[in-house]
Amino acid sequence: MDNLRRIGKYTLLRGVLIVITVAIGVYLTVIIATMGGYMDKIMASQIREQVGTILQGNEELRKLPPAELKLIIDQMVEQRMREYNLHTPWIVRSFRYLANALTLNLGMAEKVYSDSGSRQVRLILTERLPATLLLMVTANLIVFFSALFTALVLSRHYGSPLDRAVVALSPTSAAPAWFYGIFLILIFASVLRVLPYGGMVSIPPPKEPLAYALSVLKHLVLPVSAWFLAGIFSSVYYWRTFFLIYSSEDYVEMAKAKGLSSRAIERRYILRPTLPPIITSFGLMLITTWMGAIILENVFTWPGLGRLLQMAINLYDAPVIVGEVVIYAYLLGITVFLLDIAYAALDPRVKLGAGGRRPA
Amino acid sequence: MKGLWARFREIRRYPSAIVGLSLIAVLAVVSIYTVIKIPYPEAVRLWRGTGDVWGDNPRNAWPVWINLLPGINRPTTIVRQSGPSGTKRVFPNGDVDITFQFDYPYDGFPKELNIFFTAAYTKLVPYVTVTWVYPDGREVLLRQGGVKTEQYTVAADKALQARLGGLSPEIGLFAQPGSKDRPQSQKGKYQLHINGILFEPESDLDAKLVIYGQVHGLAGTDSQRRDLTLALLWGTPIALVFGLVAAVGISMSQFLFGAVSAYYGGKTDTTVQFITRVKMVLPTLPIYMMIAMFYSRSVWVILGAVIILNLIGGGVLTYRSMFLQAKESPYIDAARAYGASNRRIVLRYLVPRVLPVLIPGFVTAIPAYVFLEASLAFLGLGDPSLPTWGKMLNESGIAALLQGHYYWVVQPAILLMITGFSFALVGFALDRIFNPRLRTL
Repeated sequence: MDNLRRIGKYTLLRGVLIVITVAIGVYLTVIIATMGGYMDKIMASQIREQVGTILQGNEELRKLPPAELKLIIDQMVEQRMREYNLHTPWIVRSFRYLANALTLNLGMAEKVYSDSGSRQVRLILTERLPATLLLMVTANLIVFFSALFTALVLSRHYGSPLDRAVVALSPTSAAPAWFYGIFLILIFASVLRVLPYGGMVSIPPPKEPLAYALSVLKHLVLPVSAWFLAGIFSSVYYWRTFFLIYSSEDYVEMAKAKGLSSRAIERRYILRPTLPPIITSFGLMLITTWMGAIILENVFTWPGLGRLLQMAINLYDAPVIVGEVVIYAYLLGITVFLLDIAYAALDPRVKLGAGGRRPA
Repeated sequence: MKGLWARFREIRRYPSAIVGLSLIAVLAVVSIYTVIKIPYPEAVRLWRGTGDVWGDNPRNAWPVWINLLPGINRPTTIVRQSGPSGTKRVFPNGDVDITFQFDYPYDGFPKELNIFFTAAYTKLVPYVTVTWVYPDGREVLLRQGGVKTEQYTVAADKALQARLGGLSPEIGLFAQPGSKDRPQSQKGKYQLHINGILFEPESDLDAKLVIYGQVHGLAGTDSQRRDLTLALLWGTPIALVFGLVAAVGISMSQFLFGAVSAYYGGKTDTTVQFITRVKMVLPTLPIYMMIAMFYSRSVWVILGAVIILNLIGGGVLTYRSMFLQAKESPYIDAARAYGASNRRIVLRYLVPRVLPVLIPGFVTAIPAYVFLEASLAFLGLGDPSLPTWGKMLNESGIAALLQGHYYWVVQPAILLMITGFSFALVGFALDRIFNPRLRTL
């Protein structure tokens, strides 16, 4: 119970900190956008919307000829806008924009539509979220577990040809995933014609759920492989180095002398203490690579958030661009938070409190 | 400082680092050559293609080196211009006779065929008869009639196509007789005769023949006929400068913040650490994109934004922990005892001690920024006036792969790869030299 409470307290603390962090990041975004006058523009479109709904309820006004009605609408919008801009100093306005941005309350997109035909920024963004999550979660889980497993095997066979090969290949991670994606498309889609160029399902999408899933799986192969190629070698190299450092500790020698099986030693004496720092290093890698996902999606025309961001940029759609920055801030924040929880679950120091002694 | 230099010289023991250093040297030489040979304004002018800079280039031509591969012998571009070099004869009565001769030893056919006429006259247009002579002596009439200063697009001449038995002119004019179903090129010396009758004494006629090949230049051409060599060359200094300036600026600043944070401790330390953690969760790429979108796409503005947003970042924590170790050393206590100022201690005693950690980190950071510039350009946020590798990838895109223009994608990608890997290889070796603990592993 005590343990649970401690973990709960830790989680809550980290959660609050992450929320503050995300808020600061979003505020920075809002400031950059406000300086260009884009937040005011977004606000104006929201006011226009409000005025529109007010007028809809007014029977008398609706009977007016369109030209006159438009004049009235314009006047109302302008008056409200002026009030709003005059009565609120810049700093107050910026905080209101922050609140709007944090709740993704960004009004209507200027040009982008959601697949369901809506223009609401929030809807457009949330519609794209699952595709991005599918790609990123699959790719990262595969990289994490295969790197962990390979690193363990390599640390067992230190100096073997495979080990040397991985060390030699580790600088290849200098190139981002989208870069490998281009080559993979060239080889497997263009030359060999065995896998699709991009997209998430074949067109038209299969009706049966099973066929649909298989089609998605087929489209996942190349982007996930690109992600894998870009991340695997340096992760294996660093983690294997970690394992090697830890496996020369005295307590490991002691366990060996006691005659424990190598599997037990690995699990209890090597993996246990190295997992928290490994989680941290994986987290750092994830934070930097999240951004690479934007471009990876564009290379593979994957219908996720990154693809949407590119589309919004091509169409110069300010509300969607601001919304994208906000949603990426959330995604990064959540990633860090989840890693923190994993860290807490694995690191005995968190469970036992600062003193490090098991409570009686 | 001498110790630092001795450590640098250890790099000779790492063959991979030697390879990396030589590649960097080659890239640096290419950059300097490019900047001197094609100055910045010239590069911008050429790449914009104002006027008719690239008119004689074919569209989407492969690079000429493809002909070095066995079994590939594609036509290059052939340009012939009438002038004093003996291709043009002027008769006493004012008539003009232009003969172009060229060798065509290639398999396959050209992409297009154009004749550009330049005619000087006041009222009566010159009357020309254009004849094509095959290596085996066959003759075909291309065109007969009056010409102004104009472009004669031979490949689009439907009447000529009919005379050639239905074959498109750029194929029919090079095909062996009787190979209509699967046309084969006839190799040898071709001739183009232009006989011009001029009706006015001051009248004159000149012509230029352009046979657009399937291969062109060292790097091929894009869909706007631009020579990609220019983009590949100018991409080099931009990638290097962007990577180096960003890496130097950011490493130095994070290094200093790490030093300040560790040395002063207390509130300063807490603040710097908090900002570092906030920064790590910032979605930097979308923010750069937003800046490029809302303010300026100039590569220098983006470089500035990248440096400013990374003044504090993940590196601060690493450097901070290194400084914390160094801070406990007795000689720092000694310095404090004789009354050295805080600034002196940080700059003169702490920084040099931790500098060896900075160097490998800085070199390994370069590829990340090189690829960052390419990423932004790839998303269409590249500098509008400058050709860079990322912009080439953006312009070719996956569409170029679909259409089989592989060279357009592969060449900038390989240059990016070479740049990234050479710095990564050197950084990797430096890491082992400066962190001896890694050396045995």
